[in-house]
Amino acid sequence: MATFYQLDFEKPLAELDERIAQAEKASPPAPVPAFGGLENAEAGVTNPKGSSESQALRAERDAMLRKLYENLSPWNTVRVARHPDRPQTRDYIARMCRDFCELHGDRRYGEDTAIVTGFGRIGNRKVLIVGHQKGKTTQEKLGCHFGCAHPEGYRKALAKMELAAKFGVPIVTLVDTPGAYPGLGAEERGQAEAIAVNMREMSRLPVPIVSIVIGEGGSGGALGIAVADRVAMLRNSWYSVISPEGCAAILWKQANEQTNTAAAEALKLTANDNLALGIVDAVIDEPVGGAHRDPQGAAEHLQGWITAQLDELTGLEPQALMDARYERFRKLGSFDELPLDAANA
Amino acid sequence: MQDNGPVAQTVGTGKDDSMPPTATRTWADLKQDQPASRRSIPEGLWLRCPSCAQMIYRRQMESNQHVCPECNHHYRIGAAERIRQLADTDTFVPMFTNLRAKDPLSFTDLKAYPDRLRAEQIKTGQNEGCQAGELFIKGRAAVAACLDLTFMMGSMGSVVGETLTRAIEHATQKSLPLVIVSCSGGARMQEAGLSLMQMAKTSAALARFDDKGGLFISVLTDPTTGGVTASFAMLGDVILAEPQALIGFAGPRVIQQTIRQELPEGFQRSEFLLKKGMVDRVVHRHQLRSEIARLIDYSGV
Repeated sequence: MATFYQLDFEKPLAELDERIAQAEKASPPAPVPAFGGLENAEAGVTNPKGSSESQALRAERDAMLRKLYENLSPWNTVRVARHPDRPQTRDYIARMCRDFCELHGDRRYGEDTAIVTGFGRIGNRKVLIVGHQKGKTTQEKLGCHFGCAHPEGYRKALAKMELAAKFGVPIVTLVDTPGAYPGLGAEERGQAEAIAVNMREMSRLPVPIVSIVIGEGGSGGALGIAVADRVAMLRNSWYSVISPEGCAAILWKQANEQTNTAAAEALKLTANDNLALGIVDAVIDEPVGGAHRDPQGAAEHLQGWITAQLDELTGLEPQALMDARYERFRKLGSFDELPLDAANA
Repeated sequence: MQDNGPVAQTVGTGKDDSMPPTATRTWADLKQDQPASRRSIPEGLWLRCPSCAQMIYRRQMESNQHVCPECNHHYRIGAAERIRQLADTDTFVPMFTNLRAKDPLSFTDLKAYPDRLRAEQIKTGQNEGCQAGELFIKGRAAVAACLDLTFMMGSMGSVVGETLTRAIEHATQKSLPLVIVSCSGGARMQEAGLSLMQMAKTSAALARFDDKGGLFISVLTDPTTGGVTASFAMLGDVILAEPQALIGFAGPRVIQQTIRQELPEGFQRSEFLLKKGMVDRVVHRHQLRSEIARLIDYSGV
């Protein structure tokens, strides 16, 4: 069986896998799904050769997997969102796009591989894809700073989005970053300005924009490419103003397992919470057990949602599109409005 | 000379535990760094300047627009004092004062958010961390909004974001120049994702203001950080900064932990940003009104 990064709440699952392996040693082995994904029961495939014991165990395992992922705590959701095998922007591009034409560089300072940009075709539709890339290999991770973009990354994103707007090409952005890079060079070159300008300009681009948080939606670094007509989150992603660790360190004065758990809950960072707050418009389901168990399935869900949104948005007048986008963000916030005379009393 | 703001003199003991006025201060210091009145001699007539360590007469400092008469250290001031300094006498008309924070997330850390809000309201006598309205600056009509550091570190939640957005929209409708004075720890964690969205909301409102040809003067004061810097504060047509103000996206301590080396002298201070091309002018508080007035004149609004 493939070695597989294991989250601690999945331990009971691993024990079951062990027992299944032992049971199958005794009787003829059934095909093992890649990365231990959901068994083939759904597809109607049975394992005529498997013993009844291993079949029972597999059923038990599938039920457990489903249950574990249906009841993920916010903190465990964050950990699934950071799973090293979770599909990233380049994985989705490879699975959703034909003929991807990557475009590099911000024409000002450099090329930031923490944000990938380029034209591609989703179905029969031309789009510009913009997405954070955290990296898979150690070398790639170091090269793109674990998905923490520098100002040149944000400026590259904007430059390519403006290019797309020039030719009426809709924009799809995939958000997956712990946050914008906190470093010397990033500050010197105007990290804050780059993010701010992106938000301002995205609000007035005359083409459809759809954004999906595919993993981590860390604060301004995420929002810097996520001012869109429609915003969605994958089921096991998170999106908030700060990471649970950062929040715990500031408000609880220390970051440990306990305070991280508390902060993750307090921040209301899950897909469902963000949907309830109106911050995102939809939650896209992942295959059972998370996108990392079935990247192809996740990509299909993602593509289905993107296509549906672009179908709705294409054909709208640019001004109507921009007005609706403005209103979408304009109404976000929660406050009481008192009658003026009462307020001044 | 005064225009560039004299560099504060270091009077530290040279020990690691002293607090040098530049460069190596951390987030933790921000809190201690409130107007000295809060710390040392509560009701005192005299206070020790945290920058030059001179004993100064409080009244003299206050009547000097809260600037140290010895070393020109700019003390942090609240929104009310800022507006008093900025506006022509009795011209400020407050607006959007009827907005009140809610607790949409039922947020509780070591303290519940509503309790925290109430404590801040009692402490400051204000409802929220931003004041906005119409005023005249040296005879020029404008819309101004000032963040208030004394209220939850000037953090931006829904009410602050909404007040700013309404001020921007008001300036757009009335074709008035817009001045926003920033000082903030960033987005307010207790409203989490909704605070984050205020960054997009204010930035989008500024896009419309820009479309209409409005002039936005952004004034950065000590400290302007996080989500406030990364939204409206850095979107000024002209960006002014008070001397020695800490201005940045990430906090110095976070950066230090990331790069694991000493930060350069004066890093993330106004003068550093000026050198890096991130602000237009570093302006002494005494000149702020006249600088704003002449920029309004040049832009012909």
